[in-house]
Amino acid sequence: MHMNWFKYSSPQTFYPLAGKMIPWFFWAASLLCAVGLYVSFAIAPTDFQQGEAYRIIFVHVPAAWMSMFIYLVMAGWAAMGLALNARLSAMMAQALAPTGAMFTLLALVTGSLWGKPMWGTWWVWDARLTSELILLFLYLGFMALQSSIDDPRRADRAGALLALVGVVNVPIIYFSVKWWNTLHQGSTINMGVAPKMAATMLLGMLLMALAFWMYSVAVALMRVRCIMLERERSSDWVKALSIKGGK
Amino acid sequence: MNQTWLTLLRRDLLLALRRRSDIATTLFFFVIVSSLFPLGIGPEPAVLSSIAPGVLWVAALLAGMISLGRLFAADFADGSLEQMLLAPQPLAWLVSAKIFAHWLVCGLPVVLLAPLIGLQYALPNDALWVLVYSLLLGTPTLSLIGAIGAALTLGVRGSGLLVALLVLPLYIPTLIFGAGAVAASQHGMSAEAHLSLLAAVSLLSLVLAPLATAAALRISVE
Repeated sequence: MHMNWFKYSSPQTFYPLAGKMIPWFFWAASLLCAVGLYVSFAIAPTDFQQGEAYRIIFVHVPAAWMSMFIYLVMAGWAAMGLALNARLSAMMAQALAPTGAMFTLLALVTGSLWGKPMWGTWWVWDARLTSELILLFLYLGFMALQSSIDDPRRADRAGALLALVGVVNVPIIYFSVKWWNTLHQGSTINMGVAPKMAATMLLGMLLMALAFWMYSVAVALMRVRCIMLERERSSDWVKALSIKGGK
Repeated sequence: MNQTWLTLLRRDLLLALRRRSDIATTLFFFVIVSSLFPLGIGPEPAVLSSIAPGVLWVAALLAGMISLGRLFAADFADGSLEQMLLAPQPLAWLVSAKIFAHWLVCGLPVVLLAPLIGLQYALPNDALWVLVYSLLLGTPTLSLIGAIGAALTLGVRGSGLLVALLVLPLYIPTLIFGAGAVAASQHGMSAEAHLSLLAAVSLLSLVLAPLATAAALRISVE
Protein backbone atom coordinates (compact mmCIF):
# COMPACT_ATOMS: atom_id res chain seq x y z
CA MET A 1 0.00 0.00 0.00
CA HIS A 2 1.37 3.35 -0.89
CA MET A 3 0.99 6.14 1.63
CA ASN A 4 1.32 9.77 0.76
CA TRP A 5 3.19 11.40 3.65
CA PHE A 6 2.67 14.83 2.26
CA LYS A 7 -1.08 14.61 1.82
CA TYR A 8 -1.77 16.98 4.70
CA SER A 9 1.05 19.36 3.92
CA SER A 10 -1.13 21.37 1.58
CA PRO A 11 -3.53 23.91 3.07
CA GLN A 12 -6.41 22.58 1.01
CA THR A 13 -6.33 19.15 2.67
CA PHE A 14 -5.13 20.33 6.06
CA TYR A 15 -7.88 22.91 6.49
CA PRO A 16 -10.74 20.40 6.96
CA LEU A 17 -8.49 18.06 8.98
CA ALA A 18 -7.59 20.89 11.37
CA GLY A 19 -11.26 21.77 11.64
CA LYS A 20 -12.00 18.19 12.73
CA MET A 21 -9.12 18.11 15.20
CA ILE A 22 -9.86 21.38 17.00
CA PRO A 23 -12.92 20.17 19.04
CA TRP A 24 -10.99 17.11 20.26
CA PHE A 25 -8.12 19.20 21.52
CA PHE A 26 -10.48 21.71 23.08
CA TRP A 27 -12.36 18.98 24.91
CA ALA A 28 -9.12 17.41 26.09
CA ALA A 29 -7.94 20.82 27.28
CA SER A 30 -11.15 21.60 29.19
CA LEU A 31 -11.29 18.15 30.77
CA LEU A 32 -7.66 18.19 31.84
CA CYS A 33 -8.01 21.74 33.06
CA ALA A 34 -11.08 20.87 35.16
CA VAL A 35 -9.40 17.83 36.73
CA GLY A 36 -6.11 19.70 37.11
CA LEU A 37 -7.75 22.64 38.85
CA TYR A 38 -9.64 20.29 41.15
CA VAL A 39 -6.43 18.48 42.10
CA SER A 40 -4.57 21.75 42.54
CA PHE A 41 -7.14 23.55 44.64
CA ALA A 42 -9.05 20.82 46.46
CA ILE A 43 -6.72 17.85 46.84
CA ALA A 44 -3.18 19.22 46.97
CA PRO A 45 -2.21 19.96 50.59
CA THR A 46 -1.52 23.44 51.89
CA ASP A 47 2.17 24.21 51.90
CA PHE A 48 3.38 24.57 55.48
CA GLN A 49 5.83 27.33 54.58
CA GLN A 50 3.95 29.27 51.93
CA GLY A 51 0.33 28.74 52.94
CA GLU A 52 -2.35 28.88 50.25
CA ALA A 53 -0.57 31.43 48.09
CA TYR A 54 1.71 28.78 46.66
CA ARG A 55 -1.19 27.42 44.58
CA ILE A 56 -0.45 29.91 41.85
CA ILE A 57 2.42 27.64 40.80
CA PHE A 58 -0.18 25.33 39.26
CA VAL A 59 -0.65 27.99 36.63
CA HIS A 60 2.78 29.54 36.77
CA VAL A 61 5.02 26.52 36.27
CA PRO A 62 3.03 24.97 33.39
CA ALA A 63 2.88 28.36 31.69
CA ALA A 64 6.65 28.75 31.99
CA TRP A 65 7.17 25.24 30.61
CA MET A 66 4.85 25.91 27.70
CA SER A 67 6.48 29.26 26.93
CA MET A 68 9.85 27.56 26.38
CA PHE A 69 8.41 24.46 24.73
CA ILE A 70 6.38 26.48 22.21
CA TYR A 71 9.46 28.44 21.22
CA LEU A 72 11.24 25.18 20.43
CA VAL A 73 8.26 23.83 18.48
CA MET A 74 7.99 27.12 16.62
CA ALA A 75 11.66 27.01 15.68
CA GLY A 76 11.21 23.38 14.62
CA TRP A 77 8.37 24.32 12.26
CA ALA A 78 10.41 27.27 11.05
CA ALA A 79 13.39 25.04 10.27
CA MET A 80 11.15 22.60 8.47
CA GLY A 81 9.62 25.43 6.49
CA LEU A 82 13.06 26.65 5.42
CA ALA A 83 14.44 23.20 4.66
CA LEU A 84 11.48 21.74 2.78
CA ASN A 85 10.17 25.05 1.51
CA ALA A 86 6.75 24.09 2.86
CA ARG A 87 4.19 26.84 3.20
CA LEU A 88 2.21 25.13 5.92
CA SER A 89 5.20 24.74 8.25
CA ALA A 90 5.84 28.46 8.17
CA MET A 91 2.15 29.12 8.80
CA MET A 92 2.30 26.84 11.84
CA ALA A 93 5.29 28.77 13.19
CA GLN A 94 3.40 32.00 12.70
CA ALA A 95 0.30 30.57 14.38
CA LEU A 96 2.24 29.40 17.44
CA ALA A 97 4.01 32.67 18.22
CA PRO A 98 1.12 34.61 19.85
CA THR A 99 0.25 31.63 22.08
CA GLY A 100 3.87 31.32 23.14
CA ALA A 101 4.08 35.01 23.91
CA MET A 102 0.83 34.79 25.86
CA PHE A 103 2.19 31.96 28.04
CA THR A 104 5.44 33.87 28.58
CA LEU A 105 3.49 36.89 29.74
CA LEU A 106 1.27 34.68 31.92
CA ALA A 107 4.34 33.12 33.52
CA LEU A 108 5.79 36.56 34.23
CA VAL A 109 2.56 37.98 35.66
CA THR A 110 1.79 34.95 37.85
CA GLY A 111 5.43 34.89 38.92
CA SER A 112 5.27 38.44 40.16
CA LEU A 113 1.89 37.86 41.80
CA TRP A 114 3.52 34.96 43.64
CA GLY A 115 6.63 36.97 44.41
CA LYS A 116 4.75 39.72 46.24
CA PRO A 117 3.48 37.64 49.19
CA MET A 118 6.53 35.32 49.20
CA TRP A 119 9.43 37.67 48.70
CA GLY A 120 7.71 40.94 49.48
CA THR A 121 8.48 42.33 46.06
CA TRP A 122 6.86 42.20 42.64
CA TRP A 123 10.04 41.69 40.76
CA VAL A 124 13.55 40.44 41.41
CA TRP A 125 16.27 40.17 38.83
CA ASP A 126 16.41 36.46 39.29
CA ALA A 127 17.98 34.39 36.54
CA ARG A 128 14.76 32.60 35.67
CA LEU A 129 12.62 35.73 35.68
CA THR A 130 15.13 37.62 33.60
CA SER A 131 15.52 34.91 31.00
CA GLU A 132 11.74 34.58 30.79
CA LEU A 133 11.55 38.31 30.14
CA ILE A 134 14.14 37.98 27.39
CA LEU A 135 12.15 35.11 25.91
CA LEU A 136 9.18 37.48 25.72
CA PHE A 137 11.37 39.94 23.81
CA LEU A 138 12.34 37.18 21.38
CA TYR A 139 8.68 36.33 20.76
CA LEU A 140 7.83 40.00 20.25
CA GLY A 141 10.72 40.42 17.82
CA PHE A 142 9.54 37.42 15.81
CA MET A 143 5.99 38.71 15.60
CA ALA A 144 7.07 42.28 14.84
CA LEU A 145 9.33 41.12 12.02
CA GLN A 146 6.62 38.94 10.48
CA SER A 147 3.96 41.61 10.67
CA SER A 148 6.11 44.35 9.19
CA ILE A 149 6.96 42.44 6.01
CA ASP A 150 4.14 42.60 3.50
CA ASP A 151 5.16 39.74 1.25
CA PRO A 152 4.03 36.60 3.12
CA ARG A 153 6.70 34.34 1.61
CA ARG A 154 9.45 36.69 2.64
CA ALA A 155 7.87 37.19 6.07
CA ASP A 156 7.79 33.42 6.57
CA ARG A 157 11.40 32.89 5.68
CA ALA A 158 12.74 35.94 7.52
CA GLY A 159 10.78 34.93 10.63
CA ALA A 160 12.04 31.37 10.34
CA LEU A 161 15.64 32.51 10.17
CA LEU A 162 15.12 34.77 13.19
CA ALA A 163 13.54 31.91 15.16
CA LEU A 164 16.55 29.72 14.39
CA VAL A 165 19.01 32.43 15.40
CA GLY A 166 16.97 32.82 18.59
CA VAL A 167 17.12 29.10 19.36
CA VAL A 168 20.91 29.09 19.04
CA ASN A 169 21.02 32.05 21.39
CA VAL A 170 18.56 30.90 24.02
CA PRO A 171 21.00 28.60 25.89
CA ILE A 172 23.77 31.20 25.69
CA ILE A 173 21.43 33.86 27.03
CA TYR A 174 20.17 31.55 29.74
CA PHE A 175 23.61 30.65 31.05
CA SER A 176 24.95 34.17 30.83
CA VAL A 177 21.96 35.47 32.78
CA LYS A 178 22.32 32.70 35.32
CA TRP A 179 25.96 33.44 35.85
CA TRP A 180 25.33 37.18 36.00
CA ASN A 181 22.74 36.50 38.67
CA THR A 182 25.03 34.41 40.88
CA LEU A 183 27.67 37.12 40.72
CA HIS A 184 25.19 39.78 41.74
CA GLN A 185 23.54 37.82 44.53
CA GLY A 186 22.46 40.85 46.54
CA SER A 187 19.11 39.72 47.87
CA THR A 188 18.48 37.05 50.44
CA ILE A 189 16.12 35.04 48.28
CA ASN A 190 17.24 31.56 47.52
CA MET A 191 15.33 29.89 44.75
CA GLY A 192 17.96 27.23 44.12
CA VAL A 193 16.70 24.56 46.46
CA ALA A 194 13.15 23.60 45.71
CA PRO A 195 11.37 22.06 48.69
CA LYS A 196 10.27 18.47 48.26
CA MET A 197 6.93 18.47 46.58
CA ALA A 198 3.99 16.32 47.55
CA ALA A 199 2.95 13.83 44.86
CA THR A 200 -0.46 15.48 44.44
CA MET A 201 1.20 18.83 43.84
CA LEU A 202 3.26 17.34 41.07
CA LEU A 203 0.18 15.62 39.65
CA GLY A 204 -1.73 18.91 39.60
CA MET A 205 1.13 20.62 37.85
CA LEU A 206 1.42 17.89 35.22
CA LEU A 207 -2.32 17.89 34.57
CA MET A 208 -2.30 21.64 34.13
CA ALA A 209 0.71 21.42 31.83
CA LEU A 210 -1.12 18.85 29.68
CA ALA A 211 -4.20 21.07 29.65
CA PHE A 212 -2.13 24.04 28.50
CA TRP A 213 -0.51 21.87 25.88
CA MET A 214 -3.84 20.73 24.44
CA TYR A 215 -5.11 24.30 24.55
CA SER A 216 -2.04 25.49 22.63
CA VAL A 217 -2.58 22.89 19.94
CA ALA A 218 -6.25 23.81 19.58
CA VAL A 219 -5.60 27.53 19.44
CA ALA A 220 -2.68 27.16 17.04
CA LEU A 221 -4.84 25.06 14.73
CA MET A 222 -7.61 27.66 14.82
CA ARG A 223 -5.14 30.39 14.06
CA VAL A 224 -3.49 28.45 11.28
CA ARG A 225 -6.90 27.91 9.69
CA CYS A 226 -7.43 31.67 9.63
CA ILE A 227 -3.96 32.22 8.21
CA MET A 228 -4.61 29.62 5.51
CA LEU A 229 -7.85 31.29 4.46
CA GLU A 230 -6.23 34.71 4.42
CA ARG A 231 -3.21 33.62 2.40
CA GLU A 232 -5.09 31.42 -0.04
CA ARG A 233 -8.06 33.71 -0.47
CA SER A 234 -7.69 33.83 -4.24
CA SER A 235 -7.45 30.05 -4.63
CA ASP A 236 -10.29 27.87 -5.84
CA TRP A 237 -10.72 25.80 -2.70
CA VAL A 238 -11.26 28.87 -0.53
CA LYS A 239 -13.78 30.21 -3.02
CA ALA A 240 -15.57 26.87 -3.07
CA LEU A 241 -15.51 26.92 0.73
CA SER A 242 -17.07 30.35 0.92
CA ILE A 243 -19.87 29.24 -1.40
CA LYS A 244 -20.53 26.18 0.74
CA GLY A 245 -20.58 28.29 3.88
CA GLY A 246 -17.27 27.64 5.55
CA LYS A 247 -17.53 24.04 6.75
CA MET B 1 38.87 35.21 -3.27
CA ASN B 2 41.06 37.18 -0.87
CA GLN B 3 41.43 39.84 -3.51
CA THR B 4 37.66 40.34 -3.68
CA TRP B 5 37.45 40.45 0.09
CA LEU B 6 40.12 43.14 0.31
CA THR B 7 38.58 45.12 -2.53
CA LEU B 8 35.20 45.08 -0.86
CA LEU B 9 36.72 46.09 2.47
CA ARG B 10 38.63 48.91 0.83
CA ARG B 11 35.52 50.08 -1.00
CA ASP B 12 33.41 50.15 2.15
CA LEU B 13 36.08 51.99 4.10
CA LEU B 14 36.50 54.48 1.28
CA LEU B 15 32.76 55.08 1.14
CA ALA B 16 32.73 55.63 4.89
CA LEU B 17 35.65 58.05 4.71
CA ARG B 18 33.91 60.04 2.00
CA ARG B 19 31.02 60.52 4.40
CA ARG B 20 32.82 61.22 7.62
CA SER B 21 29.70 62.52 9.33
CA ASP B 22 28.45 58.94 9.55
CA ILE B 23 31.41 57.88 11.66
CA ALA B 24 31.12 61.03 13.75
CA THR B 25 27.42 60.39 14.42
CA THR B 26 28.10 57.01 16.01
CA LEU B 27 30.95 58.36 18.06
CA PHE B 28 29.07 61.41 19.28
CA PHE B 29 26.07 59.29 20.09
CA PHE B 30 28.31 57.17 22.32
CA VAL B 31 29.80 60.25 23.99
CA ILE B 32 26.46 62.00 24.50
CA VAL B 33 24.63 58.95 25.86
CA SER B 34 27.39 58.24 28.35
CA SER B 35 27.54 61.91 29.36
CA LEU B 36 23.83 61.96 30.15
CA PHE B 37 24.12 59.48 33.00
CA PRO B 38 26.21 61.63 35.37
CA LEU B 39 23.77 64.47 34.71
CA GLY B 40 20.85 62.26 35.61
CA ILE B 41 22.41 60.45 38.53
CA GLY B 42 24.75 62.96 40.12
CA PRO B 43 28.47 63.52 40.14
CA GLU B 44 29.64 61.38 43.10
CA PRO B 45 32.71 59.47 41.86
CA ALA B 46 31.88 56.37 43.92
CA VAL B 47 28.44 56.02 42.32
CA LEU B 48 29.74 56.80 38.87
CA SER B 49 32.56 54.29 38.97
CA SER B 50 30.20 51.59 40.18
CA ILE B 51 27.77 52.13 37.28
CA ALA B 52 30.49 52.85 34.72
CA PRO B 53 30.93 49.31 33.32
CA GLY B 54 27.23 48.90 32.62
CA VAL B 55 26.65 52.40 31.32
CA LEU B 56 29.63 52.40 28.99
CA TRP B 57 28.76 48.98 27.66
CA VAL B 58 25.11 49.86 27.10
CA ALA B 59 26.16 53.06 25.35
CA ALA B 60 28.52 51.07 23.12
CA LEU B 61 25.72 48.62 22.39
CA LEU B 62 23.33 51.38 21.34
CA ALA B 63 25.97 53.20 19.33
CA GLY B 64 26.73 50.02 17.43
CA MET B 65 23.05 49.48 16.83
CA ILE B 66 22.06 52.88 15.42
CA SER B 67 24.58 52.50 12.62
CA LEU B 68 23.28 49.08 11.53
CA GLY B 69 20.76 50.55 9.09
CA ARG B 70 23.59 51.77 6.88
CA LEU B 71 25.23 48.35 6.65
CA PHE B 72 23.34 47.13 3.61
CA ALA B 73 20.86 49.90 2.79
CA ALA B 74 23.00 51.86 0.33
CA ASP B 75 24.16 48.72 -1.49
CA PHE B 76 20.57 47.56 -1.65
CA ALA B 77 19.42 50.88 -3.08
CA ASP B 78 22.03 51.10 -5.85
CA GLY B 79 21.89 47.43 -6.80
CA SER B 80 25.44 46.48 -5.84
CA LEU B 81 24.06 44.10 -3.23
CA GLU B 82 22.43 42.09 -6.01
CA GLN B 83 25.77 41.88 -7.76
CA MET B 84 27.24 40.47 -4.57
CA LEU B 85 24.50 37.88 -4.46
CA LEU B 86 25.29 36.89 -8.03
CA ALA B 87 29.06 36.92 -7.55
CA PRO B 88 30.95 33.61 -7.82
CA GLN B 89 32.44 34.11 -4.36
CA PRO B 90 30.41 32.79 -1.40
CA LEU B 91 28.06 35.46 -0.14
CA ALA B 92 28.98 34.82 3.51
CA TRP B 93 32.58 35.58 2.67
CA LEU B 94 31.71 38.89 1.01
CA VAL B 95 29.37 39.76 3.84
CA SER B 96 32.15 39.20 6.35
CA ALA B 97 34.19 41.90 4.59
CA LYS B 98 31.27 44.32 4.92
CA ILE B 99 30.82 43.45 8.58
CA PHE B 100 34.52 43.93 9.24
CA ALA B 101 34.37 47.32 7.56
CA HIS B 102 31.36 48.22 9.69
CA TRP B 103 33.28 47.28 12.82
CA LEU B 104 36.31 49.31 11.74
CA VAL B 105 34.12 52.33 11.11
CA CYS B 106 31.65 52.09 14.02
CA GLY B 107 33.15 49.70 16.57
CA LEU B 108 36.82 50.55 16.70
CA PRO B 109 36.40 54.31 17.30
CA VAL B 110 34.15 53.52 20.27
CA VAL B 111 36.77 51.12 21.64
CA LEU B 112 39.44 53.80 21.34
CA LEU B 113 37.33 56.52 22.86
CA ALA B 114 35.95 54.44 25.72
CA PRO B 115 38.93 54.82 28.11
CA LEU B 116 38.54 58.58 27.92
CA ILE B 117 34.91 58.35 28.99
CA GLY B 118 35.92 55.75 31.58
CA LEU B 119 38.31 58.28 33.03
CA GLN B 120 35.43 60.71 33.45
CA TYR B 121 33.60 57.98 35.32
CA ALA B 122 36.51 57.69 37.76
CA LEU B 123 37.42 54.17 36.67
CA PRO B 124 40.79 53.00 38.05
CA ASN B 125 43.63 52.30 35.63
CA ASP B 126 43.35 48.51 35.62
CA ALA B 127 39.64 48.68 34.93
CA LEU B 128 40.27 51.07 32.04
CA TRP B 129 42.49 48.51 30.37
CA VAL B 130 39.98 45.76 30.95
CA LEU B 131 37.31 48.04 29.47
CA VAL B 132 39.37 48.40 26.30
CA TYR B 133 40.05 44.65 26.10
CA SER B 134 36.43 43.74 26.69
CA LEU B 135 35.19 46.20 24.07
CA LEU B 136 37.83 44.99 21.64
CA LEU B 137 36.63 41.41 22.08
CA GLY B 138 32.93 42.23 22.31
CA THR B 139 32.18 44.92 19.73
CA PRO B 140 32.89 42.58 16.76
CA THR B 141 30.07 40.38 18.08
CA LEU B 142 27.78 43.41 18.06
CA SER B 143 28.54 44.05 14.38
CA LEU B 144 28.23 40.36 13.52
CA ILE B 145 24.89 39.77 15.24
CA GLY B 146 23.67 43.18 14.17
CA ALA B 147 24.32 42.28 10.54
CA ILE B 148 21.75 39.47 10.79
CA GLY B 149 19.16 41.94 12.03
CA ALA B 150 20.11 44.50 9.39
CA ALA B 151 19.82 41.89 6.63
CA LEU B 152 16.45 40.63 7.86
CA THR B 153 14.93 44.11 8.02
CA LEU B 154 16.37 45.33 4.74
CA GLY B 155 13.82 47.50 2.98
CA VAL B 156 11.15 46.85 5.60
CA ARG B 157 9.06 49.75 6.82
CA GLY B 158 10.07 50.99 10.25
CA SER B 159 13.26 48.97 10.05
CA GLY B 160 15.19 51.20 12.44
CA LEU B 161 13.08 50.34 15.46
CA LEU B 162 12.58 46.79 14.31
CA VAL B 163 16.34 46.18 14.29
CA ALA B 164 16.47 47.25 17.93
CA LEU B 165 13.75 44.80 18.85
CA LEU B 166 15.43 41.93 17.01
CA VAL B 167 19.02 42.56 17.91
CA LEU B 168 19.09 43.90 21.48
CA PRO B 169 17.92 40.64 23.15
CA LEU B 170 20.67 38.81 21.27
CA TYR B 171 23.25 41.31 22.56
CA ILE B 172 22.57 40.40 26.19
CA PRO B 173 25.32 37.77 26.67
CA THR B 174 27.90 40.18 25.26
CA LEU B 175 26.69 42.91 27.56
CA ILE B 176 26.81 40.65 30.60
CA PHE B 177 30.29 39.33 29.96
CA GLY B 178 31.67 42.69 28.82
CA ALA B 179 30.37 44.73 31.71
CA GLY B 180 31.11 41.81 34.04
CA ALA B 181 34.79 41.84 33.06
CA VAL B 182 35.15 45.52 33.92
CA ALA B 183 33.22 45.14 37.17
CA ALA B 184 35.32 42.13 38.17
CA SER B 185 38.56 44.02 37.74
CA GLN B 186 37.09 46.92 39.71
CA HIS B 187 36.46 44.58 42.61
CA GLY B 188 39.98 43.26 42.47
CA MET B 189 39.02 39.97 40.85
CA SER B 190 40.45 38.49 37.70
CA ALA B 191 38.57 39.47 34.56
CA GLU B 192 39.99 36.52 32.68
CA ALA B 193 36.92 34.30 32.88
CA HIS B 194 34.66 37.02 31.51
CA LEU B 195 37.08 37.90 28.75
CA SER B 196 37.42 34.25 27.75
CA LEU B 197 33.65 33.88 27.52
CA LEU B 198 33.43 37.12 25.59
CA ALA B 199 36.00 35.80 23.14
CA ALA B 200 34.09 32.52 22.89
CA VAL B 201 30.86 34.34 22.01
CA SER B 202 32.80 36.41 19.49
CA LEU B 203 34.31 33.37 17.80
CA LEU B 204 30.98 31.57 17.69
CA SER B 205 29.29 34.53 16.07
CA LEU B 206 32.26 34.96 13.71
CA VAL B 207 31.56 31.50 12.36
CA LEU B 208 27.76 31.55 12.33
CA ALA B 209 26.70 35.16 11.80
CA PRO B 210 28.05 35.65 8.25
CA LEU B 211 26.23 32.48 7.16
CA ALA B 212 22.99 33.62 8.78
CA THR B 213 23.41 37.11 7.33
CA ALA B 214 23.96 35.69 3.85
CA ALA B 215 20.82 33.58 4.18
CA ALA B 216 18.89 36.61 5.42
CA LEU B 217 20.10 38.72 2.50
CA ARG B 218 18.96 36.09 0.03
CA ILE B 219 15.54 36.11 1.68
CA SER B 220 15.32 39.89 1.66
CA VAL B 221 16.55 40.57 -1.85
CA GLU B 222 15.01 37.77 -3.88
